Amino acid sequence: MTGPARTLPAGRSPLLRWRAAGRLPVLPLLAFAVVAVVASPLVFVGVQAAQSGWDQAQRLLGRPLIATLLWNTATLAAAVTAATAVLGFGAAYLVERTDLPGRRWWTVALTLPLAVPEFVRGYSWVSLFSSVRGYWGAVLVMTCSLYPLVFLPVAATLRRADSAAEEVSRSLGRGPLATLWRVTLPLTRTALAGGALLVSLYLLGEYGAFAMLRFTTFATAIFTQYKLGFDAASAALLTLVLVALALLLVLLEAGTSRRGRVARRGTAGRRAAPVRLGLWRLPVLVALTALVGTALGVPLYALGYWLVRGSSTTLPSASVFSAALTTLGYAATAALVATAAAVPVALYAWRRATRLARTAERAAYLTRALPGIAVALSVVHFAIRYAQPMYQQPPLLVAGYVILFFPLALTAVRAALAQVPPGVEEVARSLGTRPLAVLLRVTLPLVLPGLGAAAAMVALTASTELTATLLLRPTGTQTLATQFWVYTSGLAYGAAAPYAALMVAMSVPPVLLLTRRTLGPNPRTETNR
Amino acid sequence: MSGLSITGLHAAHGRTEILTGVELDVADGALACVLGPSGCGKSTLLRVIAGFHPATGGRVALGERLLDDGRQRLPAERRRIGYVPQDGALFPHLTVAGNIGFGLPRGRRSERVAELLALVGLDGLQGRHPHQLSGGQQQRVALARALATEPELLLLDEPFAALDAALRTELRAELAATLRRAGATAILVTHDQEEALSFADTIAVMRAGRIAQQASPQDLYHAPADAKVARLLGEANLVPAQLDGSKADTAFGSLPLTSDAGGARRGLVVLRPRQLRLTAEPAPGAVRALVRQSQFRGHEHRIELQPQGQDTLPTSLIAYADEPWPADEAFIRVHGQAHPVDEPGNPN
Repeated sequence: MTGPARTLPAGRSPLLRWRAAGRLPVLPLLAFAVVAVVASPLVFVGVQAAQSGWDQAQRLLGRPLIATLLWNTATLAAAVTAATAVLGFGAAYLVERTDLPGRRWWTVALTLPLAVPEFVRGYSWVSLFSSVRGYWGAVLVMTCSLYPLVFLPVAATLRRADSAAEEVSRSLGRGPLATLWRVTLPLTRTALAGGALLVSLYLLGEYGAFAMLRFTTFATAIFTQYKLGFDAASAALLTLVLVALALLLVLLEAGTSRRGRVARRGTAGRRAAPVRLGLWRLPVLVALTALVGTALGVPLYALGYWLVRGSSTTLPSASVFSAALTTLGYAATAALVATAAAVPVALYAWRRATRLARTAERAAYLTRALPGIAVALSVVHFAIRYAQPMYQQPPLLVAGYVILFFPLALTAVRAALAQVPPGVEEVARSLGTRPLAVLLRVTLPLVLPGLGAAAAMVALTASTELTATLLLRPTGTQTLATQFWVYTSGLAYGAAAPYAALMVAMSVPPVLLLTRRTLGPNPRTETNR
Repeated sequence: MSGLSITGLHAAHGRTEILTGVELDVADGALACVLGPSGCGKSTLLRVIAGFHPATGGRVALGERLLDDGRQRLPAERRRIGYVPQDGALFPHLTVAGNIGFGLPRGRRSERVAELLALVGLDGLQGRHPHQLSGGQQQRVALARALATEPELLLLDEPFAALDAALRTELRAELAATLRRAGATAILVTHDQEEALSFADTIAVMRAGRIAQQASPQDLYHAPADAKVARLLGEANLVPAQLDGSKADTAFGSLPLTSDAGGARRGLVVLRPRQLRLTAEPAPGAVRALVRQSQFRGHEHRIELQPQGQDTLPTSLIAYADEPWPADEAFIRVHGQAHPVDEPGNPN
């Protein structure tokens, strides 16, 4: 670049304008490169499926298997989404709007089930009760695992929303139940829709729990077809259908939340006098205890039981240790790469509220619709096609994790950037500091704690990933999840327990972090001003 | 050095044109004010001058240096233009000393920081963090930080908007004094006419992406270019008149004009509320009016009047008086010169 003295005709496109300023648009280019990489699985799935040709596609899609899979997936999604919506909203209402005793403790207890990976939960039920199988087993296990995904956003909305609307409804002669139905519930519509979307996306992508419960969905069918190796084209087609379903869900949710946008005032709402439970207090406490007992108590009991039972048989503590190290190594690398990759995208969208920047960010978020199995398969496809030496090498697993958890990192980095006061970068430049120095002296120091949290979140979440790990790990490498999988597949429940316990323990900090970030500080711990 | 000169400046957000041919000159050492309603493009103008937003055409120059002409752009960090945004935008991770010294080379820092702390009256606070300061103190630090590098031009984007009224008046006077002491050239952007009138040597009134008029505060108040500018600077009575040379024939009789209106034509004259004097008795040139409302405003009474038997006058006239008007009826006489404006404004 020859510097600003160069003359160029004034261009209409942003790129030309940048060149007129004598500088390369480094940040937008980086951001778009990152988005292109994380969105590439969407393309690869399409490319791979296209190779099977139209006739074969028609033949494959017309098979009864597809109908079965669609039926299984749809009925499961309907039942679990409905159940999680009821449980999540009910629990959030009780915690945020009633005089339930020990509300802070209930909030933590109700979100902690998120720390139990779905396949560990499946294991704890299957290993204790051999009758928990099939459709109803899947509904039970997935509902227990996923209701916190509805509970958290709804509780956050209720906590932030001004209670004035509810008080007005009461003053207009509506009872508590009518107010709940006609005012409180519509208030949380966006949060409910967002939570329900997450629940259904998890359902589409889950492999481990369903495999353990002997329930066939798209994910398990794809996995089986791919692993048995007789039909790669069929696996690709199924993946394409799965991705299409996921994208459809994302678009549906986007429509709902646009229509249901709730006007929110700038200041935090006042907390209403809580609804008195009165005689309902005891039944409500019993119900919540039953929920937490089922969702948290059963897995903890199962882990304790098998840890004690298993210690007499085979407890290869050395292999737990080495698997944990391997897991942490991969997870930490993936977390660093994902966070670093999220910085330019988040920074670009934060600095420039242009349509281009928003599009880049939205495209990046769209990848959260990609199930782990689809990401894994497209990474495998890419490696076999274009990077043969990388196949079954460590970078491939890291790449899979990065793509899979990029939206998580992006959300966390955006949250960190939102804390930076507007204008500080511009002021720093007006004081004669070059853009790179501004980044190093102002922006990065301000978001560093947030970046740390983002990396920790990705690392701990990646530590309990099973599906993509099974497909992408280098031969002979065992992580906590895969070693656990090996033991449970051989029905060695005792030997699997230490791995499961370690994964649950590692998941607790990110869950607490997520709870804190979603709900914000508890209003009752703050002094009134 | 010959100050800032802007000619034919155009700028856009996406496809929306925000600045449509801005002309502005600020002499070296002058305090200028850009006054306009929100959304008129004044913040964008400031950001183009600072180098945060690209011009699409026109020319911005500071002294001999070209800043932006839509093709060549000097990066913000090489313009030597200080910037104080609305909320100060202090670096939250740095102390007061760290903030003020941010743009200085390491060696000169401590000495210069002490100088500036004294200049803005914050001695002894160098170790504090921004969150430990009051709103007024934060703005002073932001000002000191901008002045530290001795910029050729200082830009202030509604720097007092977030402060309460009393503190705003105090800081405004202090800022003007500090800037004059430092010999700085500055541009303040505001939508508050009182702030503009009391702060600046020259005011540029901005409207829909261009400068409607640039003049000294006195000239702008008494001789606005059109009815809208007249209203923006304070309440104005716009009275239809038959203009002829240096005289205007109105319902109040023949009034002297501030400037020669040229040949005979119909037009409007601006009469400020202080120019309307009320009497109890009819007099030549006095218009009878009903008193609709009298508001006590501390330093004066604002009296709203409905003229009677004069269909050329607007239905409501405003007068400011030192005493409340005791009766339901009054006679209005006009004192001083009337100023002719071109644009026929909405006569209300």
